[in-house]
Amino acid sequence: MAKTASPVLVLAGAEAGDLRALEDYRRAGGYASLEQARKLGSERVIAEIKESGIRGRGGAGFPMGQKASFIPAPEKTAKPIYLVVNADESEPGAFKDREIIERVPHRLIEGMQIAALAIQAEACFIYIRGEYLTGSEIFAAALAEAEAAGLVGIPITVHRGAGAYICGEETALLESLEGKRGQPRSKPPFPALVGLYDSPTLINNVETIATVPKIIELGGAAYAKIGVAGSTGTRLFSLSGNVVRGGNYELPHGTTFRELIEDCGGGISEGRKLKAIIPGGSSTPILGADQIDTPMDYASMEKAGSFIGSASVIVIDDRACMVQLALRLTQFYMNESCGKCTPCREGTRWLEMILRKIEEGRASRAELDLLLDVCDRILGNCLCPLGDSNAMIVASYVRHFRAEFEAHVEKGGCPVAATSSLTGVRSPVDELYRGRVGQEAAL
Amino acid sequence: MVELIDEIRAVADRYPERKSAVIPALRLAQEHYGYLTSEAFREVAAALGTTPAYCRGIASFYDMFELEPAGAHTIEICTNASCALVGAAQVLEAFERELGITAGETTPDGRVTLRSAECLGGCGRGTVVAIDHRYREPVRPEDVPAIVEELRRG
Repeated sequence: MAKTASPVLVLAGAEAGDLRALEDYRRAGGYASLEQARKLGSERVIAEIKESGIRGRGGAGFPMGQKASFIPAPEKTAKPIYLVVNADESEPGAFKDREIIERVPHRLIEGMQIAALAIQAEACFIYIRGEYLTGSEIFAAALAEAEAAGLVGIPITVHRGAGAYICGEETALLESLEGKRGQPRSKPPFPALVGLYDSPTLINNVETIATVPKIIELGGAAYAKIGVAGSTGTRLFSLSGNVVRGGNYELPHGTTFRELIEDCGGGISEGRKLKAIIPGGSSTPILGADQIDTPMDYASMEKAGSFIGSASVIVIDDRACMVQLALRLTQFYMNESCGKCTPCREGTRWLEMILRKIEEGRASRAELDLLLDVCDRILGNCLCPLGDSNAMIVASYVRHFRAEFEAHVEKGGCPVAATSSLTGVRSPVDELYRGRVGQEAAL
Repeated sequence: MVELIDEIRAVADRYPERKSAVIPALRLAQEHYGYLTSEAFREVAAALGTTPAYCRGIASFYDMFELEPAGAHTIEICTNASCALVGAAQVLEAFERELGITAGETTPDGRVTLRSAECLGGCGRGTVVAIDHRYREPVRPEDVPAIVEELRRG
């Protein structure tokens, strides 16, 4: 697959140090794209974004230009138009939005102003996850500086969340921003027509918005030449787990896992062997070590049986017990289920209970089948992808590592408990639901 | 000194609809009272024109609100996948040993609450530990005694 040279766009200028101060960002060419966008006007900015082919970086991968073009013109709606930036990054494995907010906050502000101008928004909101206290302070300081310099024509309100993974789902985020519990809405109507306060709303991820200034600078056509067909541009790949040098690496779509893990990350830590790769955040089906040469783009990842998701790559070495990993991640989904849809609320609890029984060697063979049966009953039956994610990944862990699950059943416990890197790992669920023996009687 | 109710109203003015300010308002009330007391819910509700029950329903949905008294300091250890793979369990155990409590508990002197946490967003530099919501990354078991000592003094 042909790849072009490897430009740094989103983190451009921040290679040597953070670009938090307005002066430094200006020196790196900052806010020139906003000026350019003002000259181009709404329609031409949307045309450039469409031509760039950029797809949403939050995980769903919807083309941004198309989403922006669904927003009605101001004269066709009685309501104000809003831009909302999703900075609720909470997907296990993902830490790229935090890096953008903390290192190039002005690029995000500039992108927000350009996107808001494109859809003729009246106001912008950025929903930053509550845990990113430092990040929200850095962003607020940059915003104050940009406002003082007269660069923020369309007002931006910073809104901090309070700890709920589900608020990264766009309609749950809107509910939360409206002062409600963060529970997803039924779609349609889509936020482009009925969003924040029932107004037309464009919601995009931090990375997507922070790419917009570079799209305007380069032009949509030139941007589209970076990466591979259908997966244009660069991506901040978050690399973590059993790798020598974890971190965010901005690389073109189409880069392989091997290039990311070995060339950027320095290979598997402590000289261990690769066992598996979580390719796009915890919600994406796992890949085996033999899939390390898969290019990281939308089409190649789907062909490999997974998704690029949020491009968060978790490297797993040969010490990890896959049942323990499936259990720990399932505890996360169970804990974060908002409780609105029964298959997710109840299903994730069932998955957790069965996986715990398997891990502790108290499960029968029939319960391994029951595990997959519960997955089937969750899939496609909920309003948002949270339950689906749990079901999909658990099924993928069994598919790739069935022998390990069976060994737990047959040997009456974890065969590698003494050596697994995950032995003894706990989760908030363990603290919340201590002494819940009674619940298991239902199994 | 600025009254809590005035602070909340000032925040609410930033939004097109004041109910949007319920999360920031609860956060202000929590900072004021230490945790969300019945009085805190009444004040937030009065400032935003809603009911204490509504505010309680919101607070119980989000992890960062304290519905019971917590320690003067909170220590949260990420134990999700990326950190777990690089030894989060050992870091959590080191904190438990050093503090003499189990995750989910507060020290008897009320100084420190210890919790395991879901992904905090520092995966490439695990294990991530948040102390009063400020990140330390990476933290290894051998770093723990000095961190605990620092909190005991501060």
